Amino acid sequence: MSNPKTLYDKIWDAHLVHEEADGTSLLYIDRHLVHEVTSPQAFEGLRMAGRKVRAPEKTVAVPDHNVPTSLDRAKGIDDEMSRIQVEALEKNAKDFGITYYGVDDVRQGIVHIIGPELGWTLPGMTIVCGDSHTATHGAFGALAHGIGTSEVEHVLATQTLIQKKSKNMKAQINGALSEYVTAKDITLSIIGATGTAGGTGHVIEYMGEAIEALSMEGRMTVCNMAIEGGARAGLIAPDQKTFDYVMGREHAPKGAAYEAAVAYWKTLFTDDGAHFDKEIILHADDIAPVVTWGTSPEDVLPITATVPAASDFEGGKVDAAARSLDYMGLKPGTRLQDVAIDTVFIGSCTNGRIEDLREVAKVMEGRKVKDGIRAMIVPGSGLVRAQAEDEGIAQKLQEAGFDWRMAGCSMCLGMNPDQLKPGERCASTSNRNFEGRQGRGGRTHLLSPAMAAAAAITGRLTDVRDL
Amino acid sequence: MDKFTKLSGVAAPMPLVNIDTDMIIPKQFLKTIKRSGLGANLFDEMRFNQDGSEIPEFVLNQPAYREAKILVAGDNFGCGSSREHAPWALADFGIRCVISTSFADIFFNNCFKNGILPIVLPQEEVDKLMDDAQRGANAVVSVDLESQTITGPDGGEISFDVDPFKKDCLLNGLDDIGLTMKKAEAIDTFEARYEAQAPWA
Repeated sequence: MSNPKTLYDKIWDAHLVHEEADGTSLLYIDRHLVHEVTSPQAFEGLRMAGRKVRAPEKTVAVPDHNVPTSLDRAKGIDDEMSRIQVEALEKNAKDFGITYYGVDDVRQGIVHIIGPELGWTLPGMTIVCGDSHTATHGAFGALAHGIGTSEVEHVLATQTLIQKKSKNMKAQINGALSEYVTAKDITLSIIGATGTAGGTGHVIEYMGEAIEALSMEGRMTVCNMAIEGGARAGLIAPDQKTFDYVMGREHAPKGAAYEAAVAYWKTLFTDDGAHFDKEIILHADDIAPVVTWGTSPEDVLPITATVPAASDFEGGKVDAAARSLDYMGLKPGTRLQDVAIDTVFIGSCTNGRIEDLREVAKVMEGRKVKDGIRAMIVPGSGLVRAQAEDEGIAQKLQEAGFDWRMAGCSMCLGMNPDQLKPGERCASTSNRNFEGRQGRGGRTHLLSPAMAAAAAITGRLTDVRDL
Repeated sequence: MDKFTKLSGVAAPMPLVNIDTDMIIPKQFLKTIKRSGLGANLFDEMRFNQDGSEIPEFVLNQPAYREAKILVAGDNFGCGSSREHAPWALADFGIRCVISTSFADIFFNNCFKNGILPIVLPQEEVDKLMDDAQRGANAVVSVDLESQTITGPDGGEISFDVDPFKKDCLLNGLDDIGLTMKKAEAIDTFEARYEAQAPWA
């Protein structure tokens, strides 16, 4: 082939409206997902300038960050500022003619869960949202960027984004994963290998047998954390699994339109010989169930390891590691499996999908949450919650001792009442272990849903393979 | 947007690597529907105890750095969440320039939309400026965007790179949206062609 292209190159070229001589480009945006936290100032900006939303039919709004996950949430939000923010989104959606899913709609949920679920997310699209985990949608072979609020306003007004093209990076996982080694372990292991700035300035395409073998849910977990590796977007080439997942969803094309779309989607892959600026290759055999020990997602180790010492690192990371160990209350040399936890959080845009809940149910089969452990499950959407109830998973997990809650972002970032107290330690299926992320002074260990279930059973970080 | 042309002020050292946007402005302050007023809570959990009292060791609480206009920061500054509240909080506090060896992409872009200049320099030059910044109120650093130079307290000059389009927007306080709207015809043309090709989108 004369001019082999990567998947990223192809999607970029298909959406290029205009390019300046210096490479500054105007990229057309197919879908704009909007939530309540990063959008009010953008809508206000439109009003001040007397501008409209250019393509309201391509824009979807849902409240997720602030919403309570208690069963009685229909009574309203107690926190006044949270309530105002959610009400502002509802009003903005109505004023500007945008589809809105309120908390009384079963389709409400975390924006990155409902986009794919409702067929708003399709292969080959450009998708943006004022949220860094927009990378999730890359699992469909869509170019999905997190953007700031000024860019939200820009996309609302123009349906385009000003961008310079990123570099291409390849993350290839060869071989097959062992039992209980999951998509979460893949994505954390990549970040462990490259660091949280390893993907800065790049779009990562994930490939290889282990990625191909993943379900769509698993692929979304992998791409979701591309941002934690510094990349603004992660991508996986669409295949038959992708097309099957999309088929029949509410906003996906139907009939002949679907067939035409699939014919195009089948051209979305990286050509042989296409150039990548950076590569990382891992073997699935070398990936174990992992947990984080520090306050950066790159602070990741196999569950069989011990807590490192600050002196194990180099450069600026020495002080950062010392600060992390102090914050996390961990002593070097401690076996990770001996670290006792107080709370288990299962949910988030990383691991709040049906497959994640099935995985938890499988580990919990015939077992109980240990006495004294607070264990909560927050499904990623109302539809995930309903499906888990239909499959009988919800009942089993409640009998095992889990608190079964309504959909939202919840304790992933604790903007709603679901927070850790100072010093509380949490085994969490979310995506960030930053200081204060789940509540001031709270200590977060990131891990997979299966590993979170194992921790719930024993009350400490646990190798799920040993149960 | 506020213009950025020249800036002269105290530079505060923050050598910690991977300072994330959750640190810059914690989640409890994201519930606002305004852009203003976030400076009071910049670096809130590093800067204040839970009772609201100041943590004296934190750099921006030290007398020499309370009026800092520049931050010299560790690698990968601004990683994590896309929240534009991070640059809003920095600007509201009075910080209009951040210098580091690298920035996270989204934060980097967000800065330019808010009159803040993020400057990427090689490690040796950041180390030098970090040393300068440690000198407290004597650490007055000047940044000139037009000539793309930083002048340290001892008069030594360092030059830096900046994207020409972003530079122009900062120097003139240009509004991106207004600029793009001038290309409405190109967007219309693209849209018509694209909708014929990919009607499902």
